[in-house]
Amino acid sequence: MRFEITENEPLTDAVWDLRLTGDTGAITRPGQFVQVALPGFYLRRPISVCAWGPASLRLVYKVLGQGTEAMTHLQPGDALDLLTGLGNGFDPAVLGDSPLLVGGGVGLPPLLGLAEALLRAGKTPQVLAGFNRAEEVFLTEDFRALGIPVVITTLDGSLGLKGLVTDALPSLRFDSLAACGPLPMLKALHRAVQGVPALYSLEERMGCGFGACMGCSIETASGPARVCREGPVFRGEELMWA
Amino acid sequence: MKDLSVTLSGVTLKNPVIPASGTFGFGQEFAGWYDLNLLGSISFKGTTGEARFGNPTPRIAECPAGMLNSVGLQNPGVDHVISEELPAMRKLFSGPLIANISGFSVDEYVRCAQLLTREEQVEILEINISCPNVRHGGMAFGTDPAAAAEVTRAVKAVATKPVYMKLSPNVTDITAIARACEEAGADGLSLINTLLGMRIDLNRRKPVLANVMGGYSGPGIFPVALRMVYQVTGAVSIPVIGMGGVSTARDVIEMMMAGAKAVQVGAANLVDPMACPNIIVRLPEEMDRLGIHSLREITRV
Repeated sequence: MRFEITENEPLTDAVWDLRLTGDTGAITRPGQFVQVALPGFYLRRPISVCAWGPASLRLVYKVLGQGTEAMTHLQPGDALDLLTGLGNGFDPAVLGDSPLLVGGGVGLPPLLGLAEALLRAGKTPQVLAGFNRAEEVFLTEDFRALGIPVVITTLDGSLGLKGLVTDALPSLRFDSLAACGPLPMLKALHRAVQGVPALYSLEERMGCGFGACMGCSIETASGPARVCREGPVFRGEELMWA
Repeated sequence: MKDLSVTLSGVTLKNPVIPASGTFGFGQEFAGWYDLNLLGSISFKGTTGEARFGNPTPRIAECPAGMLNSVGLQNPGVDHVISEELPAMRKLFSGPLIANISGFSVDEYVRCAQLLTREEQVEILEINISCPNVRHGGMAFGTDPAAAAEVTRAVKAVATKPVYMKLSPNVTDITAIARACEEAGADGLSLINTLLGMRIDLNRRKPVLANVMGGYSGPGIFPVALRMVYQVTGAVSIPVIGMGGVSTARDVIEMMMAGAKAVQVGAANLVDPMACPNIIVRLPEEMDRLGIHSLREITRV
């Protein structure tokens, strides 16, 4: 599917905000992802959908390697070939009336689309966002602009609460959880919120991104699952956290 | 309409384009993109006697002009393939299927072949003796002429469908393996499987793949595959299905000029789910440009 870039700007030293226009009809849920074809790179790059409209798409990505570095050179007007609507995404129905959305670093972007969906469903989400330091904070104002309270933690204490997202949990009231971020963070959350309905969005190195290559398989309570197809979002009880 | 049909050991395919095993699952993932009945055949996911999860992740690494995989034959096992996957596949594709079979022992190859040869829609058995991602099996059978011949004879003894042995490029002389399979009664050959490769993550100073090494596929291996198809078709008289980095209609024609009777498309499916139908649409146009009336007139150069 051909998309056209309208904006590609840095939000921090390493995180960029890419806005595109194109047919987003295949995107059905927040937390799905797209596969971006980049000239000069054989494999596509999986990037979570941050937010979308009928003909607009927002991808917030972190520069992690040569492919995402090349993405920073994309210019408004450039065309980009995407496979869209990949993965299962977050099912808002699994979450209660007061869900807590927890994002660690670049795990935060798909939670913005989820927050919008939850607001449309009449729920009252709050956000807990963890970063290493103040200069790395991004996207929190986008949640606040929706009227969603945001609690920030930083490892070095340069903004918000000093520590990890789990250090902020005792002060928050919520009836369900959706989280995306580094695996150690997800594991710590899972240990801390036993008994609360929880959805975790996983990351795995992918080949195709649509279920054909079996490159991103994990073991789950109900058997092998492809992070790209049965995931990337799994219920807490499905995951083998060992 | 141009005649794109080809014949493999008496099995007629409406065109020579076959998605390669391991890049196409059992077709379900592609049915949302196009009508699978456009395809000449489908070589479905490599099937073993028991269900296998495969290797730890990361299983994928990018390369210039291709990728490494170390999936390690993840599949639901032959019984599940027959009870669930093949009936589901039949609803999507009515043409001849190629059953790709892997094993860790001669007995396992035989058991899978015995079961899959009875399936009506399965017209060819493709015996994978070349998976680089598993120990004590797979490639071990494909790198020694005597072992390759032993698997061939054992499978031939139970097969009622043509048996194609899928060969590894990770050998000194692929024609020696090819001749051993032919002498042992193989009806045809499929080549090449992936080339054993490796990448290192410079930041982590560790191999990218959890399994350290993996199979290299993609356009980068096309010249190697073409050379091996050319060598093998010069050394044996049984038909060869050519594969390895095929990504375009021109690659298909080139592979057939190297001696292949049909062509499999692998990694290209993973980066462009429309790769096969696009090749099939372009094939007649390229044939016109090259003055080719029928694919059957293409012979080994």
